[in-house]
Amino acid sequence: MSETLLIHGGSVVTPTEVRRADVLVVDGVIAAVGEGLEAPDGTRRLDATGCWVGPGLVDLHTHLREPGGEEAETVESGARAAMCGGYTAVVAMPNTTPSTDCAAVVAQVITLGRATSIDVMPSGAITVGREGTHLAPMAEMAALGVTIFTDDGMGVQDAGLMRRAMEYGRGLGVTLAEHCEDESLAAGGCMNEGALSSSLGLVGRPGIAEEAMVARDLLLAERTGCSLHLLHLSTARSIELLTEARARGVVVTAEVAPHHLTLTEDLCATYDTVYKVHPPLRGADDAAALRLALSDGHLDAVATDHAPHPPQAKDRPFDDAAPGMVGLETALALTIEALGGEAADPRAVFRVLSRTPAAIARLRASDERIGGFSAQGGDLAPGEDANLCVVDVSARPVVDPHRLHSRSKNTPYAGRTLLAGVRHTVARGIAIVIDGEAQR
Amino acid sequence: MSAEQSSESMVGRHLLSIADLGAEGLREILEVAEAFGEVERRSVRKVPTLKGKVIASLFFEESTRTRLSFETAAKRLSADVLSLAVASSSVKKGESLRDTVETIEAMGIDAVVLRHRSAGAPHQVARWLTNARVINAGDGSHEHPTQALIDLLTVRQVRAEADGTSSEGTGLRSFEGLEVLIVGDIRHSRVARSQVLAYSLAGARIRICAPGTLLPIGCETWPVEVVHDLDAALRTADVVSLLRMQEERGSGSFVPSLHEFTATFGMTERRARLLKQGAVITHPGPMVRGVEIASSVADDPRCLVRRQVSNGVPVRMAALFLSLSSSSAVRDV
Repeated sequence: MSETLLIHGGSVVTPTEVRRADVLVVDGVIAAVGEGLEAPDGTRRLDATGCWVGPGLVDLHTHLREPGGEEAETVESGARAAMCGGYTAVVAMPNTTPSTDCAAVVAQVITLGRATSIDVMPSGAITVGREGTHLAPMAEMAALGVTIFTDDGMGVQDAGLMRRAMEYGRGLGVTLAEHCEDESLAAGGCMNEGALSSSLGLVGRPGIAEEAMVARDLLLAERTGCSLHLLHLSTARSIELLTEARARGVVVTAEVAPHHLTLTEDLCATYDTVYKVHPPLRGADDAAALRLALSDGHLDAVATDHAPHPPQAKDRPFDDAAPGMVGLETALALTIEALGGEAADPRAVFRVLSRTPAAIARLRASDERIGGFSAQGGDLAPGEDANLCVVDVSARPVVDPHRLHSRSKNTPYAGRTLLAGVRHTVARGIAIVIDGEAQR
Repeated sequence: MSAEQSSESMVGRHLLSIADLGAEGLREILEVAEAFGEVERRSVRKVPTLKGKVIASLFFEESTRTRLSFETAAKRLSADVLSLAVASSSVKKGESLRDTVETIEAMGIDAVVLRHRSAGAPHQVARWLTNARVINAGDGSHEHPTQALIDLLTVRQVRAEADGTSSEGTGLRSFEGLEVLIVGDIRHSRVARSQVLAYSLAGARIRICAPGTLLPIGCETWPVEVVHDLDAALRTADVVSLLRMQEERGSGSFVPSLHEFTATFGMTERRARLLKQGAVITHPGPMVRGVEIASSVADDPRCLVRRQVSNGVPVRMAALFLSLSSSSAVRDV
């Protein structure tokens, strides 16, 4: 199955520099990096002229919906969307049906993932059925390679139970990832709380619902010493809480979703449910604070929160529609946009989309990687597993929902001109996307 | 919250929000309603204006007066009315809102009168339909445009009568400097949102008064003054708009008890005595006597609730007529 590839003419993005270099891939591994590389006969040549060549992207937050939600997405269709978006690894969220809360479902998702072209690492639920009442068997899931546990879709509402989960998780050496929203404060709301929600007659989910749980979990992580990852932070105050906690030495990482960087709550005034998401789109000041925190490194990663939904879940009144947006095929360009557009530093782009997320998911070459996953987020050095993303920064594709590879089309970016396109994706040494076209 | 950005006439357009009207559009609909009020007083209370038009009345939420009022208005205009009884429809079988309205449009309709428990449903339906006009008959806690128009028409008439004149052709004059006090469950009230937009367009001064939990979030950005001393505010108000506690939207848990709400914010007999000469009370109905309004005050002539109900039909005739007209037809009225 393996092939020899020469990615030529591009600019290689290492953690420290951007330089003109070709990349030779042999037998799934980077064989050489340098200018004017010679390739043996039969080598497939991938043109990267004018492109950035970086490590394959790693998504910490993907809803693949399988098992149970196959009409919205399957592991196969989600992986296809991911590879077309430049991803070579995704962390699948556990809010499946049944929940990914035991070894059997974890094993099923791993098996389904192995049939795809990329690495699919399931996350496990913190509580049984994501019901927030009993700890799920984290040790048996960790033994299969799960490194991230979360009840995403919902935070663990009971502070005492979250403390216990952290004490248990610390012993296992895993990371707990929290969807921070206190549901008693979120009050069943459906958009950001403020003057706009009030005028629209929609119940709001206030920023404080997120911030109260961020503050709580930072205190619990400080007390227990458990590694904490904060999912999709959406407010300026959450960033302040994060920064303060880090200064005290709390072991914490945090991600932001592309839509919170690039969209604001005013879009909800149309009552178009494509803009409904939890946590909700916030105001312009919050979005600006998130972009700043991403640039200056206070936010560690961009994660898609790719949340596919079929039309019948979205063609409903705003308060009744399913929250969430697809994101795998637009995240890269939107991250470039959030990091300054044409002025974006490619090292920062691959830091927040690949290298840091790989470290958080423990998918780096130096990590143990029990589940048989390949090494992600590499430095582009010879000997590394060849997981690569080639980004055409002069492409200006326009988002067409019907051309997305996800089974669901609920993108809020229809018609938007993006500032980059994925030209090639290489996973485990195989060219799975060539010139923007999926090869399998 | 402001109605500034929008335009002129509502001829040929949806009526989703008062914000769809400018001051001119507001004046226009009040004048047309006044003219249709005259039809109401004829011996044959029917005009052929919308003959051949089909109006679907889709009420996804309980309503008696608004539905009857709209359907009566449509019939007075000689339109055919297609009334969907939600309880027995495919909606109960799990059909999506989009499929329901697209199915009904496929039957050939010209307008949809929509009541829905979810805010924004009329906006969504307007987007999904290809041709038919949408009239918002109340959407969640968002708006109830025709109710606010009824309130303005009624207040305009009463003020003209107090001066011994007719309100016809008075435009928005009677609202200049008018002090309107809205009291009660403003947070959950679609009527209050439409009233704030409409009275503000008309040039009135709006004050709101409610327990802290029932003030709308962000109302400091609304064109209103929040007042805390209800008794003092009642002494200067020209119009007091009372609202029902929206128990179906959980209002009960926003105050310790209805008894305490009545004691602190209800229109009791004592408070009614504070009103100045000529002041009036409006209520969109249904009233809950003994909660937001004492029974004796509800029956007081200063309380315009009956008159508001009577004005419902001509206002809704005006809304349907303007929305379903082309500009040339309106000039011939």
